[in-house]
Amino acid sequence: MKKIISLGLVHGLFWEVIGTAFGVGFVVVVRLLMRLPAWKIEPAVVVGALFGALFFLYGVGALDDWLKWAAGEETPELDESSLGWRRYWGVSHDHKVIGIQYLTLALILFTVGGSFALIFRSELAEPGLQFLTTIEYNTLMSLHGIVMIVGILIGVSAFMNYLVPLLIGASDMAFPRLNAFSFWIAVPAGIILLSSMVLGGFDTGWTGYPPLSVRAPLGMQMFFLGVSLSSFSSILSALNLLATVIRLRTKGMTPFRLPIFVWAAIATSIISLTATQLIGLAFQMVMLERLFGMGFFDPVKGGNPVLFEHLFWFYSHPAVYVFVLPGLGIISELLPVFARKPLYGYKWVAMSSLGIALTGFLVWGHHMFAAGMAEYLREPFMYSTLLVAVPTGVKFFSWVATVWKGKISFPTPMLFVLGGIIVFLLGGLSGPPNATVSTDLLLNNTYYIVGHFHDTLFGGYVLPIFAALYYWWPKMTGRQLSEKLGKLQFWLMGPAMVVLTIGMMRIGLLGMRRRVADYDPALGFQPYHLVLTIAGFLVAVSVLVFFINVFLTSKRGERVTGNVWNSRSPEWQVPSPMPIHNYETPFEVVGEPYDYGLPGSRYVKFEGEA
Amino acid sequence: MKHFIINAVLVIVSTFAIHAGLSSVGLLPALASAQGVSIDQLFGIYTWGIAFLFSLIVVVLLYSLVVFRRKKGETGDGVHMEGSSQLEIAWTVLPLIAVLYLASLGAQSLAETRRIDPSAMIVKVIAGQWYWQFQYPELGIGSGDLYLPVGAQVDLQMTSNDVTHSFFVPEFRLKQDILPGRTVDLRITPTVIGHYKVSCAQLCGSNHAYMIANVEVVSQSDFQAWVTKQLATASQNPVLHGQQLVQQFGCPVCHSTDGSKKTGPTWQHLYQSTVTLADGTKVTADEKYLSNSIIDPNLQIVSGYQPNVMPATFGQSLDAGQIQSILAYLESLK
Repeated sequence: MKKIISLGLVHGLFWEVIGTAFGVGFVVVVRLLMRLPAWKIEPAVVVGALFGALFFLYGVGALDDWLKWAAGEETPELDESSLGWRRYWGVSHDHKVIGIQYLTLALILFTVGGSFALIFRSELAEPGLQFLTTIEYNTLMSLHGIVMIVGILIGVSAFMNYLVPLLIGASDMAFPRLNAFSFWIAVPAGIILLSSMVLGGFDTGWTGYPPLSVRAPLGMQMFFLGVSLSSFSSILSALNLLATVIRLRTKGMTPFRLPIFVWAAIATSIISLTATQLIGLAFQMVMLERLFGMGFFDPVKGGNPVLFEHLFWFYSHPAVYVFVLPGLGIISELLPVFARKPLYGYKWVAMSSLGIALTGFLVWGHHMFAAGMAEYLREPFMYSTLLVAVPTGVKFFSWVATVWKGKISFPTPMLFVLGGIIVFLLGGLSGPPNATVSTDLLLNNTYYIVGHFHDTLFGGYVLPIFAALYYWWPKMTGRQLSEKLGKLQFWLMGPAMVVLTIGMMRIGLLGMRRRVADYDPALGFQPYHLVLTIAGFLVAVSVLVFFINVFLTSKRGERVTGNVWNSRSPEWQVPSPMPIHNYETPFEVVGEPYDYGLPGSRYVKFEGEA
Repeated sequence: MKHFIINAVLVIVSTFAIHAGLSSVGLLPALASAQGVSIDQLFGIYTWGIAFLFSLIVVVLLYSLVVFRRKKGETGDGVHMEGSSQLEIAWTVLPLIAVLYLASLGAQSLAETRRIDPSAMIVKVIAGQWYWQFQYPELGIGSGDLYLPVGAQVDLQMTSNDVTHSFFVPEFRLKQDILPGRTVDLRITPTVIGHYKVSCAQLCGSNHAYMIANVEVVSQSDFQAWVTKQLATASQNPVLHGQQLVQQFGCPVCHSTDGSKKTGPTWQHLYQSTVTLADGTKVTADEKYLSNSIIDPNLQIVSGYQPNVMPATFGQSLDAGQIQSILAYLESLK
């Protein structure tokens, strides 16, 4: 019991409660001083939640070293080795621990967000309302979107944190304390986000468009605040990652000898670092509109609701590339290992990630073709959007050329990689009809869009992330996941995802609107919705198989310490799991990363090796 | 070389097979507008493009997985190929040309949908939580259903009373968001007589799913007959006209006629009754009070109800005669 109470997380939660109470009291005092009625729930809850988050960070210990520095005290390095499992439940400065903390939080959020989808998907299996009210439906649908998105961002941080220092031969991230702070701020952000459910919910979708979001229940504010706080996590971890890649590469690790995943991480971080502010800004403006009656987006007060959409999509479209670029990087990273061939056109693949990231900044308007934005903006956005197809095409062609004439084997990670390529291809090919304005006027806000972006996220994120989990699990834990269960998971998940998304696109083309709790039975969509619901549950079952796999192998899984996949990458040249400061002997890069099939070639040479 | 020929044949076969499959299932709903013609043509081009590119990647990928798989007992690596700049340039430049061409087709298609007929009939579309209302200013009538004569362009001038909504009839292909505080245009030329539905396509709150109205595309003569009937109702029977108006404006969403409490006060037995206001004063619900409450709903709030809930825009959208009709209807509920 004492051990549990001493955990950083428990301290943090305790302080969050105190902070919330303090914030509520603060608002009451300010209102009394201003001679207003003491109690008004909205400002009290918002300020309470904000202070709760700050106090959480203090309580968990994420600010300790900085506070000590401010007071002029020395801070010796944390000795984490004696803590055992408890180091995962409090502040750690080890990027591998933080990576696994991120991963755990991401998996929790996916489970929660996925369960929301199962609930409202069941409601949709039949027309009419069976067990949800419309506001409950809208709240679950909105939370599914945002919880999954926050989970995805946190999962991206998980892999970038865990892998990048290992791949470039660094002993840790450039700013370990900032790294811990970036993770721990996501925890209260997640709590605040989910608290919207008990504060009336919100019915706006994750897009939170005003004026609807100005009229929505109190839960709306918790959504805005939670997302604003978690945006700090994205921005700061992107900053940290870029500094790490720029400053901490090992000897000989020149830009075009970086493992390809690192290029994806760079492109991702450039977007996170420079665009995330816009969604924070947009959401904070609506918060202020609600709290102080500021009319940023209120036409009666001279505001403009379309302005919000511009600010929102300026981040939220590039964000899609934050979601998928790491996944595409994982595909490019693993494909050569299992095809036993060099990554075809390495430089082109690396540059295509940057190309997607930079073009991605110029395309946000395609979300607004029907929004009533200035007429002359629609065509330029159509051209810029279609340009994204070019660097994306380079990736597909290079992947196909990589497997061509390989010696391909199919362990579980490779299956997820190949599944990822095909599902992401469905997402990619269903994209251009949304890019040309006139066809998009039919597709906008229908299930077609829902199918399209679920394909890009399933193929560009979910499947590659599972590939990475199966691939690097031995590195993280020293044990291998069961191949049998892994293959079962893949053959459940992949086909179910394809059925789900193709089905969505099918009814979307026929006119099924998105974000509706109910639909007219006369449209004849009921059989499709039943199939979609079954497919959704199959995806959930496949994730359950993964958790069973983790559970079963955590005690009895095969112990592996060596180079499980016969990879050339540096992290596999040393025993698993990694010690606290990574490589005990430094290495230098002496060749190309993916020269499979070139006899006598090597990528890295450890100090003292011949 | 053998590999290339087999793959080329397979890609071609697969492209035609997928295209035939996609075309045979009927991807799009029935087409019922002139604007949709060029949109459907563009979808036709996409069907070919998607069938080809899907085949190109998937056929070659699957072929490699089968033919270049590691056979039992094999060790060693694949062929050491690092890449080819010519090939990379080719598959950068060719797609670039393709998408630029596609974008130009998209621009043409968009221009087709934006063609303006200066003689188009104006219909004012008013969207609100959660109702549709259609006014025909040139004809002096209004309706909760959208009646359109076939073959003539109509200029929908749309505005919202509260949040963002969106006008969507799948058979017309076009979609346009409707914003508060602004009027946005959408031009549609219905081409097929029939019954359709307009639904809101932009999430607009809890009852978004149910924001649906009927769209009736009728022949020119049927349209004239409908207009005549609407005009007659308005002049002959103010009570009936008032009832139509409140239905059109969605008033029953908040005001009951059976005494039950909704977001706003009930209308049952309201006329000439005594009403207690939020500040404690009592007033009689005479014609002056009732018409004030319609035009400026925040002026006198009934005790137990919230201000700023009812839209304050009815003063602009209703003329004096229409308000008289609504008052006549309220009187009938006495």
